[in-house]
Amino acid sequence: MATRIVVDPITRIEGHLRIEAVVDGNRITDAVSSGTVFRGIEKIVENRDPRDVWSFVQRICGVCTHIHAIASIRAVEDALNYPIPKNANYIRNIMTLTQFTQDHVIHFYHLHGFDWIDVLSALKADPKATSQLAMSLSAWPNASEGYFRDTQNKVKNVVNSGQLGIFANAYWGHPAYRLPPEANLMAVAHYLEALNWQKEIAKIHTVFGGKNPHPNYLVGGHSSTINLDDVHVINMERLNLVKTKIAEAQTFVDQVLIPDVFAIAGFYKHDLWGGGIGNYLSYGGVPTTDIHEANSYLFPAGIILNRNLNKVYDLDLKDPNQIQEFVSHAWYKYPDADTGLHPWQGHTDPAYDGPKPPYTNLDETKKYSWIKSPRWQGHAMEVGPLARLLIAYARGNKEIKELTDNALKRLDLPLNALYSTLGRTLARALETKYCVDHLAGFYADLIANIKAGDTQTFNPEKWDPSRWPDEAHGVGWAEAPRGALAHWIKIRNGKVESYQAVVPTTWNASPRDASGQKGPYEASLLDTPMAVSGQPLELLRTIHSFDPCIACATHLITPGGHDL
Amino acid sequence: MESYYHWAVQKGITRRDFLKFCTMMAGMLGLEATAIPRIANALETKPRLPVIYLNLQECTCCCESLIRSSHPLFSDFILNMISLDYMETLQAAAGEQAEAARKKVMNEHYGNYVLVVEGSATLGEGGIYCTIGGVTANELLQECAAGAAAVIAYGSCATNACIQGAHPNPTQAVPIRRIVKDKPVIDVPGCPPIAEVITGTIVHYITFGTIPELTSLGRPKAFYSKRVHDGCTRRAFFDAGQFVEQFDDEGAKKGWCLYKVGCKGPVAYNACAVTEWNDGVSFPVKSGHPCMACSENNWYDSSTPFYTHLAEIPNDVIGKNPDQIGLAALGIAGAGVIVHGAVTSAVRGRSNKDGSDSEKDTR
Repeated sequence: MATRIVVDPITRIEGHLRIEAVVDGNRITDAVSSGTVFRGIEKIVENRDPRDVWSFVQRICGVCTHIHAIASIRAVEDALNYPIPKNANYIRNIMTLTQFTQDHVIHFYHLHGFDWIDVLSALKADPKATSQLAMSLSAWPNASEGYFRDTQNKVKNVVNSGQLGIFANAYWGHPAYRLPPEANLMAVAHYLEALNWQKEIAKIHTVFGGKNPHPNYLVGGHSSTINLDDVHVINMERLNLVKTKIAEAQTFVDQVLIPDVFAIAGFYKHDLWGGGIGNYLSYGGVPTTDIHEANSYLFPAGIILNRNLNKVYDLDLKDPNQIQEFVSHAWYKYPDADTGLHPWQGHTDPAYDGPKPPYTNLDETKKYSWIKSPRWQGHAMEVGPLARLLIAYARGNKEIKELTDNALKRLDLPLNALYSTLGRTLARALETKYCVDHLAGFYADLIANIKAGDTQTFNPEKWDPSRWPDEAHGVGWAEAPRGALAHWIKIRNGKVESYQAVVPTTWNASPRDASGQKGPYEASLLDTPMAVSGQPLELLRTIHSFDPCIACATHLITPGGHDL
Repeated sequence: MESYYHWAVQKGITRRDFLKFCTMMAGMLGLEATAIPRIANALETKPRLPVIYLNLQECTCCCESLIRSSHPLFSDFILNMISLDYMETLQAAAGEQAEAARKKVMNEHYGNYVLVVEGSATLGEGGIYCTIGGVTANELLQECAAGAAAVIAYGSCATNACIQGAHPNPTQAVPIRRIVKDKPVIDVPGCPPIAEVITGTIVHYITFGTIPELTSLGRPKAFYSKRVHDGCTRRAFFDAGQFVEQFDDEGAKKGWCLYKVGCKGPVAYNACAVTEWNDGVSFPVKSGHPCMACSENNWYDSSTPFYTHLAEIPNDVIGKNPDQIGLAALGIAGAGVIVHGAVTSAVRGRSNKDGSDSEKDTR
């Protein structure tokens, strides 16, 4: 008999997400995904100075703290046709790849890790055998028997104290956990090491942006100044700090993350459920030259439909018929309930008509989420590392192809194994490797450009609003760690007239649309096994494989829409 | 883990060193020798401090900042100093099991746990703009605050509603002290606050058994009683009248003062310039961007436009228009106007002396 389970809050994500799932026997047969928080930031930026807006919309998310600011700045620069100096592009790319590397590592260990790693099982491990296992996988120096014994004791002390803290009440011992105790202990040690490491790579943001989270940016370039002969600005000491942190990050990814992911994936390689929708989208990002030169992107843009890698469609963010958002099942009011709107035409007002709290269930036949439903030419799309990997693969990106083929060979899995929960996680790990290596590349580019005598970081040409047209509109796009992210702006008389964002989790966590088509979370949960009733470990694993970021997704309000 | 003493022993610290540490701590606190056994006793016997951490209407930047803490290391903080019994962002359990863990600690440690709140509550439309487990943020907050020994409003969202509270505040976001009225609320503002400011505040409570001394606005004095301007690495250039006129200009390349491109350091009460960010690497002004005064109430409305400088030098200590000073300084670099004395705050349209208004944010 089918039962309906509710998981709220979904933890180890950003923001507030509620999943309701119908379980029949030991399979999920239907799922409902609801974003349960709304803040209205796009309404707040109306009538503000467009040069300030990056700081407002950066606060859409403190996890992807970098990427909203970049999208905003690019939207303004796109509207004003405002070119930026080479160094600014390099600095932005270094900050972007820093964000990716840090965020993906945190995701794997701290947000996703407990879906694969059984902490209590680690207490049963033999530290000597763990040491042998670790040394067989990697040259990482923290691998002695004593080291793992200490880690085990740390966890033991927490457990024995009766105050389990973050480990309390989880699904330890669940049959869906497949790692032997030694692998669990190694992973728990790396959980703690990754926690200590992530704050180190963030220092790259601090050098260029003054702080992290929420570093600083500038329309027209970047705010940190380069002068090798001054103590107060970016000089050799500052650049060396960045270089050191990049080198440490490369070591961590090569010697800890990648070996762990392969070791863990080896035990889970037959759990290949959770593939979901099969349509993939990337806005494209990290331009080696300029954002308007799409063939220079580290992450190529494109669309894949129905898992067909032989055909990659181009997308146009400015075409009113390509990207549209629907609110048939989201708590917003549209002029015409079932007609989608392009972000420049966006016309949205919150209109809650769900159950009065406290409530026990949502009704998916009505509106049930603060997240809208974006669609590309009517199709629901998955975004994120797997989408980027597949699009780059299909576009013939040699590096990605090699990384992917080698990984699949190592795990002895076919390409279509990627269409799964595990595939998403594997793609994210491979992307981390790709990012950290290119991080070193952009650092070298920055140094070479400074060496060639160019220290400019800001273009003053269009800073003054008196040089702007009365009306302008633009779009700024990027790839965030979680997927495709873009901001659309309209500027009138030097102020923001309207603003709207279509971001990774809006794509992935979207509710059903006018035609009843499920969003990627909902679709991916179908057929997920549920080994123990009341312990939805497998459900969490699939949802976490998307790396949900709900603050980003819970939408905006735009003002009365002026048609283009 | 039974106590700090056990923890210390496990770290390889001897009894002798432990007592030395207690003596030193008593000395630092200005306590008499008779206090030493009391400190030692407290550290030997106290369980880890139970902490419930709520995320309401927020962007998670505060959590992200917190995990960047270097001293103490966040991993030590959660395994050895506190018991982080509920925090959506990191806890292993989800859904019902997560809620059960929260209720268990609330019952077992009633009156003794610390409640840390990141994010604002929302009053709009009966509170449906933020629900967790099917209940509103307000209800959850009230339920958790009831048994808390202390409540820490962590970050600008919790202390003044920050971004979602900016005009026109579409969700009627409110600071948590609007909801929690029968408990002392310690405000730890900033967007986000510096990691070590929150761990410092909690470790103070663990170590000394009291909440730290607060400013008149209810913020820990240790971090919020001086302005960014007071400790700024570019302060000498302000005093000398040497200003950046435009980003990346000659003055910028010499690290001159960012006041004229919009720096709000003179009205921002925070530890950024002294503690600095991410283990002392930098802070916004040092890295070339004006301070936006993110720790001040309503900063999104009072600090914008960000790239326009304050209408006047606060407290008129220069006695001149900064634009003229800048022009003079460009002509006679190095011989700028010398400024003495402290500068107190005054933002356009605001004249209160402490740089913020505790009532204003509770629209």
